[in-house]
Parts: sequence; C-alpha cells; structure tokens
Amino acid sequence: MSDLAQPLPMTDTPVKVAPLRISERHVAGALILALCAVLVLIIALPLWALLSKSLEDTQGKFVGLANFVSYATTPSLFYSLLNSLLVASATTLIVVPLAFLYAYALRRSCIPAKGAFYAAAMIPVFAPSLLSGLALIYLFGNQGILKSLMMGTSLYGPVGIVAAEALYSFPHAMLILVTALALSDGRLREAADAMGTSRWRIFRTITLPGARYGVISAIFVVFTLVITDFGIPKVIGGQFSVLATDAYRQVVGQQNFPMGAVVGIILLVPAVLAFFVDRVVQRRQSAMLSARAVPYVPRPDRRRDLALLGFVSLVALAIVGPYAIAFWGSFVKYWPYNLSLTLSNYDFAQVEPDGWGTYANSLMLASLTAVIGTALIFTGAYLIEKVKLFPRLRAFAQFLAMLPMAVPGLVLGLGYVFFYNAGWNPLGFLYGTLTILVINTVAHFYTVGHITALTSLKQLDGEFESVSASLKVPFWSTFRRVTAPICLPAILDIAVYVFVNALTTVSAVIFLYGADTKLASIAIVHMDEAGAMASAAGMASIIMVTAIAVKLLHVGLDQLVFGRLQQWRQR
Amino acid sequence: MSKTAISPTTPFLSIRNLAKNFGAFRALHDIDLDIHRGEFVCFLGPSGCGKTTLLRAVAGLDLQDSGTIHMGGRDVSHASPSERDFGIVFQSYALFPNLTVADNVGYGLVNRRRSRDEIARRVDELLALVGLPDQGKKYPVQLSGGQQQRVALARALATSPELLLLDEPLSALDAKVRLRLRDEMRSLQQRLGVTTIMVTHDQEEALAMADRIVVMRDGAVEQVGSPEEIYRRPATPFVADFVGHMTFMDAIVTGPGKVRVDELDLVVANAAPFAIGTPVRLAMRPEEVRTRGIGAETPNRFEATIGDLAFLGSFCRAHLEPTGSRATRIAADFSTNAMRDLGIVPGQVRAVAFPPEALHVFAGDGR
Repeated sequence: MSDLAQPLPMTDTPVKVAPLRISERHVAGALILALCAVLVLIIALPLWALLSKSLEDTQGKFVGLANFVSYATTPSLFYSLLNSLLVASATTLIVVPLAFLYAYALRRSCIPAKGAFYAAAMIPVFAPSLLSGLALIYLFGNQGILKSLMMGTSLYGPVGIVAAEALYSFPHAMLILVTALALSDGRLREAADAMGTSRWRIFRTITLPGARYGVISAIFVVFTLVITDFGIPKVIGGQFSVLATDAYRQVVGQQNFPMGAVVGIILLVPAVLAFFVDRVVQRRQSAMLSARAVPYVPRPDRRRDLALLGFVSLVALAIVGPYAIAFWGSFVKYWPYNLSLTLSNYDFAQVEPDGWGTYANSLMLASLTAVIGTALIFTGAYLIEKVKLFPRLRAFAQFLAMLPMAVPGLVLGLGYVFFYNAGWNPLGFLYGTLTILVINTVAHFYTVGHITALTSLKQLDGEFESVSASLKVPFWSTFRRVTAPICLPAILDIAVYVFVNALTTVSAVIFLYGADTKLASIAIVHMDEAGAMASAAGMASIIMVTAIAVKLLHVGLDQLVFGRLQQWRQR
Repeated sequence: MSKTAISPTTPFLSIRNLAKNFGAFRALHDIDLDIHRGEFVCFLGPSGCGKTTLLRAVAGLDLQDSGTIHMGGRDVSHASPSERDFGIVFQSYALFPNLTVADNVGYGLVNRRRSRDEIARRVDELLALVGLPDQGKKYPVQLSGGQQQRVALARALATSPELLLLDEPLSALDAKVRLRLRDEMRSLQQRLGVTTIMVTHDQEEALAMADRIVVMRDGAVEQVGSPEEIYRRPATPFVADFVGHMTFMDAIVTGPGKVRVDELDLVVANAAPFAIGTPVRLAMRPEEVRTRGIGAETPNRFEATIGDLAFLGSFCRAHLEPTGSRATRIAADFSTNAMRDLGIVPGQVRAVAFPPEALHVFAGDGR
C-alpha cells in the first residue's frame, strides 16, 4: 500500500527533521528555573527576612516570641492596633454600602452619563493616597474653608483618617461590586417579575445574594487597604497612631527593627486573610453563573433612576470635589487668606532639596518598572500557564507569583530593609539605588499583573503549543509570533497598571530610597512634614495628572491596537 | 514513502503495553496496537474511554506512565513532540488568529531553511489541495468553520509528516459540512497515502472513513477490526451496542446451536461453546429481522404483533411483541418499500424470522 500512495506533489524533497540545536526542554527548564530564582529573590527571601527578624532581639539573637509579648504589653503599641482596627472597621462600614449603591446605579439602572460617573469614582486610584488627606485638610483642617461644619471636632485624628481613607478606598470597592453586579442572570429577574414579585423582595432574594461574594470581597479589600495604608495617617492622623505609622516610627525613627517586624507581621494577618477569602469567593462567583445565563439589561424606571442619579451625583461630587479643591489649593498663594493664584508652590526646590528631580525619579521608576515588570510578569505567566514541563517548579512559581497580593506594601518594604540591608547580603550594594526601588515595585504589584496575564493566556486555544510542537517550531517562536501579539491588550493593561501604581505608591519605597533616588511620592510626605502643604498638594497633583494622562493614552492606544494594528480581530 | 528500508510487513506504528493513570483513574491500560503504513485508523469510543489520551501519547503531548511506542522502527516512547514526525488537527482548529491563512499553513515551513518563494508555492499547493485556493490572504476569523478546519488540515500536511493525527476534527461542524468534509478528508488521505489516526465518538464517521477501527472502553482496547468486522461480528456486547443498533434478549442455551428466549426456541448459526442451561445474551440488529418471503421451512420463524412504529426517513423502526411473550420487545427496521408493499400497520400480527447467522450470542454476565 505504501508504494501505491504518492506523497504530495512536491517541489522538492522535504527537510524531514529540522536540526534542533538547543533542546526546547532545556531552554524551558532554564527559563522556569530562572523565574523561580527571581521570584524567590524579590518576594520569598524578603518575607523570610521579615519573619525571622521578628523572632530576634536588636542584637540579632533568637528570642522566640518575646517581641510579640512585649508588643502586647506595651500600651502605646497595643493601642495603635486597636486604633487601626477601629479606623479600618469604620471606613469599611461607610464605604461598602455607598460603593454598593453606586455600583448598583451604574449596573442596574438607566441613569445617564454612566461613563462619566465611573470615571469620577476612579479618580482616587490615580493619586497618592495622602492627597485625599491633604484635600480634607484644605476643606476642614485648621485653616479649612469649611471648618465651621466640623463644629469643634478636630479633623486631625480618627475622623480625618476615616474620611480620607473612605475617599481613597471607594474606587477599589466600587470596581469589585460593579463586576459582581455585572454577573447576573437576567432570566432570574424575568421569572420573578412574571410571578409579580415586589421590587424589595427581588432585591433581597436575587440581587443581594447574587452579589454577596462581591460584597464579602469588597469588605476585605477595603479593610486591608485601610489598615495597611501609611500616607493618610501620616498627613492627617496627628497624635492618633496606627499600625502603619508605628512600623515606620519603629524602623526609621527608633531603628528598632525587630519591633518593626512584629508590626509588619500583624499587618500581614488581615491581608493574608483577605487573600484567602478572595480566592474562595472568586471560585464560587465563577461557578454561580452558567454559560447559558442571559445578562440582565435594566429598563428605565423614572422614580428609581432619578433617586439613584441624585445619589450618584452627590457621591461623585464628594469624590471629585476634594481633589479639585486640593488641585486649586496648590495654586493658591496663602490658603485661605489670600486666594490669588501663583505658580510659586510648584517651585519645589524651595522646600525640597531635590525639587523637580524627585518627579524625574518617579517617572524613571515608573517607566522602568512598567517595561521590566511587564516583561517579567507576562513571560512568567506564559511559562507557568503554557509550558507543560516541570509541573512542580511551575506550581512553586505560581505560588510565589500570587504571594505579593497578600503582602501590604509597607510589609514588603520592611522585608526589603531587613533582607537587602543585612550585613551578610552580597546584594546589599543595591540598597538605596533605583534598582532596588524598581525590583521592589515590580514585586509589590506583581500579582494583579500576573492574574491579568493568566486570564488573557487562558483565553487562547490550549492547543497552540501542541500544534507548534508538531510543526517543530520551538515555543519561543510561537510566543513571539502568536501569543504575545494576541495578548497585546493585556500586556498594555499590565504596563499601565504597574506604571500608575509605581507613580503613586509610598508605603514600600519609603524604606528603600537613597539620597539621589528620592521619589515624588516621598517628597510629598516630607514637604507636608515641613509644613509646605501647598507644595505637597502640588506634587501630588502633578502625579495625579501624569497618571490620568497615561491612562487616557492607554485608552487611545487600545483603540489603535484593536482598530488598525490587529485587523484580524474583525470579521 | 518507499524510501525507508523497513519491509512492508513491519508496522509503521507499534504500541506495546501502554498505560497511563490520572491519579487513581486508569486512563489507559494494556494497550497493544500495530498500525501499518498508509492505514486510516479510527479510535472509537464514548467520552472518557481513553481515545484522546492514546492519541496524545502517540503525539508525545502527554507522555504515558509505562509502555513503549515505536514509530517507523524508531523508539519514540520518551521523545518530545518535536522529535516525532506528525501533523495534528484539533476539534477547535487551533488556527493562529493573528496570522493569515497563508502564514498559518506556512507556519512549520518558515524555520526549515526554505526560500520565501518556495514556501509561497508550497502554501498555494496545499491550499489548492484542500479546496481553498486564493483564500491565503484572509484571516481565520473571516472563514467558516469548515474552511478553518481545511486550513488546519493544510497546515498539518505542510511539512509532509509521515503520520497525521486527527482529534475529533469534525465534531465542531454542522451536520452537512461534516458529511462533505468527511468524504473529502478520506479521499485526500487515500490520495496522499499518509498514515492517519482519527479520534472520534461518532460510530458512523468511523465506519465511513476508517480502514480499521479500534473500539475503546474504560482505557482498554475492546476490539480491533475493519468496519465490516466491527459491525457484523462485534466481539463484545459493548461493541455490539456502541456501533449501530442492537436488540438484546436474555436466553438460555438448550442444545448445541440452540437457545430459548421466553417461549421461543431459536437456532443460532455461530454455535458458541456454552453448556446446556447456561444463561446467555442474544443480540440482533434491527435491520436483520426478516418479514418477506417467510415460509413454513424458514428457521426461527414466529408470529409477532407490530407495536409502535417510528418513521425515520428511509425506513421505519417497529417494536415487535412475539405472540405469547409479553416481556420481550424486539426492534425491527422495515424499509419504506417493505412498509408499502406489505402494508405494515401497528397492531398487525405478522410472521417474522431471525436468520440464524444474524444472531449473536454473548456470555450472560454482561461481557
């Protein structure tokens, strides 16, 4: 039979086996091993350093849990734990219901200008957290234009912290709830309507249970954000100390590293808890909606829509207003006595030795982090998801990649201090350099980018790699020619996310910057400490404007990518 | 393909003792199989029977736990996919969406030190071969499902592999397209003479396309044979039931070549070595039930009432109730011609017969 059958009409004899100079298996193994090594170095070892430091005394001798005992028995330290819990609980109680209603209005009603309201609520994401604190000081502080509304209560303390944290954490809660409310089966509503169910009962028995995992997730995220935030208590907390400011004071002020480590580990608890709750919730949420579900499309309802429009407008005003005031304030000569405008507050060199140089440092850090971080995160996710070799190593890398989500920036920063500043560490020369800031920032924001990359990789046909292997095309060629081009939108998402966060973050890098690598976000803290509030607000505004500009550029670029460069997406 | 020195009797693909487990689940065990050069072999079975696992082991995409695979005389048991020589087509097409049809087809040619012209010529040849000339500039999303699967086929054949693997290639297509592509793929395979393995759960597809069918069940091979063998002489009740339709009846052996179902004494041609009194299972295809030209001498003749009739296009399926036996119902297919000529209607009592050579006898324990 074999002699009868003719091969294809060939133009010449085919090359049967392409010469494989390097074995794919070796390359894959080396890359996965390298990924593990990098993740160990930037995530695992710093955390290990933090844990071991908490069990040592200041001389480096092992003392077991003695530090934790002395923490619990030192009233001033123990009270900040209670303060932190109080502030975080109060903020969560305020933010989650408001964010739920806001998200409900965006998803389940027919109010106009949903896009604008969505954008308005997102503004805090683009600014350093402490800008919301500065904004509130402009409004309700000692020189605030609305100070009379406070009726004698001091803004500087729990009241100010809760208000500012509420502003700052609102978009994070809203994002989760908007997603949760997007997942709903319209046919459930239709069935309920057909049975003449009252609106309140529909809300109670369908809407709320459908979004319950989102609500749980939002509660944990807000609580964790608030309890680990450093910037806001720093600028508006006054004498009211919380865990995050304690950690800073112990390490930077008193050089008491072990006690700083103890505070760091306490901060780790809610974050780790939130992380595991989120994992469980994610699994349940996706299982809840079958592939056959029909998305719910809201129908106009005049009374409901008007009420929600009023509510949404108020909230949006309460968010945009303070930021606008702070922006305005940064141009004002002498708040609130001389409201004429000036650019002198933007002459940062007057109050901060490095002046505009800190902004340049921030841009440098954000750009480097975006480029290096995105390359690492996406390639890493590809190796973990698509290369089917070395399952144990890949599982280990996956675990490390998910870890930073459970580690607040402040805690990671402490870990970096303990690890990279240790006398025995040959990498100690990195301390204070731009390199360590980049490494730390990549690690800090690794997980969100990793999840974005995984999600987009999982959407690709699982057999691309099999087909390439059968055609004897090595996996790195397919990565370059197929996988990366298809995932370009996700890659852009990751880059912009990392860039914006690198610009605005304070918590981790405040322990790590050096004399000539001071960042704009840190300069804000220092200018505020020095009493130059207008300049602090000015620098924060510059960061915010930059971040928003990058985001707008991203939106434009996305359209270009989808429209012209990737014609293959269109039918 | 005659350039290899292997004698024509040596199998091209030789699988011995293959086994694979997923945790406690035995996905494959005791697989022994030879496939000859130029053969078209179908792995047929219900979902979860291990047919795709076996195909992926042949490809090297999922390695077996134990056992060996020889391909063209070479031991490839532990070779990676790129060290084996095969083209593969998946149910999902797995076309690269960001590359044109031509770039997809030429994907495996690019890094084989071929000139650009040569590649372009070869791609045109292949596209003509699968009936898609002049479609090279389009993107996969602009093609129909059937066209996309043709492109995938062209891509798999581009490097002239010795072995073509098809993983449920037609399952995602509409019924009409499926039938057409099925015939085209079969004739293409015969023209090229490329050794082909196709995984399918569709028995009709397997019967129509394969030179040989490997029926699988619970990770093991149940029967290997030509489509006709599988259909006419199923080795087990499972094969009998899975391929085509079959009526099963409980029976008792009453003598050499004789069995009894309820009150019916029947003669079977393929006398099985069962002792008298052994309970057995009797099986019979609906289309084998005779109702024309039955005389007094016709063996296995009996009277039966026509139960409900289902119209199925070119034939009708009737359920027969043998007179004096309420428990047994036997499916029988009557052609539309027979229905008209004989005036078959529900409730009628007719003489019918089981040809002794059409009765299959299996052991009573279900195997």
